[in-house]
Amino acid sequence: MTEYFLQAFVYLAAAVIAVPIAKKLGLGSVLGYLIAGVIIGPVTHLVGQETLTIQHFAEFGVVMMLFLVGLELAPSMLWQMRNRLFGLGGLQVVISTVLVAGIALLFEQPWSVSLAIGLIFSLSSTAIVLQTFNEKGLSSTEGGRNAFSVLLMQDIAVIPMLAFIPMLALPELVAAAEGLQSSAEHHEQLNLVAHLPTWAYAIAILASIGGVIVLGHFLSRPLFHYVASSGLREIFVATALLLVVGIAALMSLVGLSPALGTFLAGVVLANSEFRHELESNIEPFKGLLLGLFFITVGAGINFDILANQALVIGLLTLAVIVVKASVLWGLAVMFRIKNSNRWLFSLSLAQAGEFGFVLLSFSVQQHVIPTDIASILQLVVALSMFLTPLLFILFEHVIMPRYQADTSNPKYDDIGHSASVIIAGIGRFGQIVNRLLVANGVKTVVLDHEASQVENLRKIEIQSYFGDATRPDLLHTAGIENAKLLIVAIDNREQAIELITYVKHTYPKVKILARAFDKGHNYELLQAGADFTVNETYFSALELGAEAMTELGFHPFEVEQKKYAFCQIEAAASNQLYQQWLGGSEGEKFDPNYRKLFMQMEDSIKQAMQRDRMDKHDGAERGWTPPPKNYEKGFD
Amino acid sequence: MSASQARKKILLLFAHPSQQRSEVNLPMFELAKSLDFVTYVDLYREYPRHHININREQQRLVEHDIVIFQFPFYWYSTPSLLKEWQDLVLEYNFAYGPDGTALHGKTFICALSAGGAEQAYRADGYNHFTVRELLQPLEQTARLTGMRYLPPFAIFSSRSTQCQRQQHLAHWRKLLEALSFELINHDKVAELTTINDALPALPNLASMAV
Repeated sequence: MTEYFLQAFVYLAAAVIAVPIAKKLGLGSVLGYLIAGVIIGPVTHLVGQETLTIQHFAEFGVVMMLFLVGLELAPSMLWQMRNRLFGLGGLQVVISTVLVAGIALLFEQPWSVSLAIGLIFSLSSTAIVLQTFNEKGLSSTEGGRNAFSVLLMQDIAVIPMLAFIPMLALPELVAAAEGLQSSAEHHEQLNLVAHLPTWAYAIAILASIGGVIVLGHFLSRPLFHYVASSGLREIFVATALLLVVGIAALMSLVGLSPALGTFLAGVVLANSEFRHELESNIEPFKGLLLGLFFITVGAGINFDILANQALVIGLLTLAVIVVKASVLWGLAVMFRIKNSNRWLFSLSLAQAGEFGFVLLSFSVQQHVIPTDIASILQLVVALSMFLTPLLFILFEHVIMPRYQADTSNPKYDDIGHSASVIIAGIGRFGQIVNRLLVANGVKTVVLDHEASQVENLRKIEIQSYFGDATRPDLLHTAGIENAKLLIVAIDNREQAIELITYVKHTYPKVKILARAFDKGHNYELLQAGADFTVNETYFSALELGAEAMTELGFHPFEVEQKKYAFCQIEAAASNQLYQQWLGGSEGEKFDPNYRKLFMQMEDSIKQAMQRDRMDKHDGAERGWTPPPKNYEKGFD
Repeated sequence: MSASQARKKILLLFAHPSQQRSEVNLPMFELAKSLDFVTYVDLYREYPRHHININREQQRLVEHDIVIFQFPFYWYSTPSLLKEWQDLVLEYNFAYGPDGTALHGKTFICALSAGGAEQAYRADGYNHFTVRELLQPLEQTARLTGMRYLPPFAIFSSRSTQCQRQQHLAHWRKLLEALSFELINHDKVAELTTINDALPALPNLASMAV
């Protein structure tokens, strides 16, 4: 037990120290994790043998990441990108495989070994690339989106590779293995279907995939509702984890890629109103596990082999990057990806990926690649991943600036581009705000913590999500960084104040419009940093009061004038009252001074109302004032 | 002319209730915004609910030498908010009456856009009157408040020809410069139907200003 604590401490400490430094230096978190791994592994030997075991565990981070990626992609979007997926992604895998295999053949490797190596190196690192895209805000660029299609295609391609590689087994390696039962690391794979006939195997696979889709579609909602109604946040987290773990387990059991399975589940759930809540629950686990994965890559670098064959490994790594980047460049030209996007596309995917590790150890197990070659290749994969952040830095600091001149013509803000408004709370108040905005083509993201409310809104086709808006992570997934406005209309007074305090502090650029319950709450919201507040009952009460006056026989236009005057005086006095309130003692905000001021305001309103605007010109209320009687005699 | 000469300050009161459809007025307003001797007021932006702040408007009038109403011609008159502005701001004993001298000596001009062709705004056209004649209530308002009235600056067929708009913008700039530099001979233009005809004869002011 003590040992685990110590190891966990070392890993976490390394991350906590290295990652912030790396980020500060502009290297990105991935390089931070890798360096942390190198320091605790080959450099100081704080950790060692267990790295490989942990790596298998940390691969689950990749699984979670694909689940999150899936959540961002509704099936309709996936269908839209089918051409890029199979055209761009498919060609990338095939051409890279052929070229890398060709190089391996030059090194006088048997064709089967060369082909396996080609397949392994055709893959890129989904983890590093997506993480970096996210951090640098490149996800929505043309280069980023195309890179994403290629990564997706690669992840899909892993499945046929896993099926195909065993066929490349070298007879002499099999023989050697039979003589000496290798005790080296082996992937404990529990596989229920391995011994089934082909047709049954196919049925099992189809059933599993179908099951994920059907259950995800029909069962997830009642399940989430049931769990959400319990009101226990940790159980919702547990449910989200259960979902991902369950699907990963199912896929492993039938010999499919768990990452692909959870990706599929993510796509199925992409239209769910629980999407944001799921995202924010899985996100921290994904982040940590991915970090762990990168640390183990760093820690797993074998410096002995590296030192002995530094030149070969270095050249091989360089060759891999150059070959892959050239292939991608060619494809970018073919698919008309232009300017800086072409560079981004080519450089970002030029490394080998985490699936490379998986396939390498799988190839060794299946007697396709000899162990000594595999250990060298393992270093090439790691090193190429290690160099990726540097390629991104190259892109950012050398290539991007060259293209900046092209984009110096600023275009008008495209308001429809991202959801510019987040509405927290979609009860009786937020609903009306949302209807007005949506009717005018403003994109909104609506969050509400009441599942039944969200359900009702979905019935009338208002896009809304179940989620507690006061959770920072949920706000983050709702896109608070890029939002222009946050509208706070949640029913819990204290939470509204907390939310405003948090957002104003963390995202000062976001304008906050808030609904208050009464005067006191109004002031508290202002104090918390709201830019505009409105008392929820104020204007409707004013309307009703005006209606009452009309009913009583006042002329409607005069009523309108009185109402406006009332508002004006109230607004002018309100600021004064707020200052008074701010200065009031903590215990008694509505102190005697405040009360006095309030009564003064009421008095001035009364006076203004009673004033007959015919009798004298007065700044408070004028309009359509006829000149005095007999004024016409002054002319001529 | 030296750049140091004090320019007259222009107050541009722009009233357009349908700016998302504006083709000539908005460019004119944008152009005016770039000139430092023009104070520009988008009335429909400031008073979307037609509650005009009388004190503020009167203060603005006092602080400027030239008042321009800029508007699309609506039913032979100004859009409603600009009429509201007249009703409320031009008060007894401010703009007229025994103590109403606040506007005396200022210059007043309308800059308007009319959808109809110029030929329509003639005695024999379907509108029967010239724009100048149709604006007589404003002309008389200017008189009564002691302001010097200039013929309107007008564009006709304003929603039809693109090339005309470019020229109109150039004339607009010229007009604003000329007003500010006091280059317009009030007596010479007094009888014109529109002031547009007098503009080409004026020297190129933009170059003089430098």
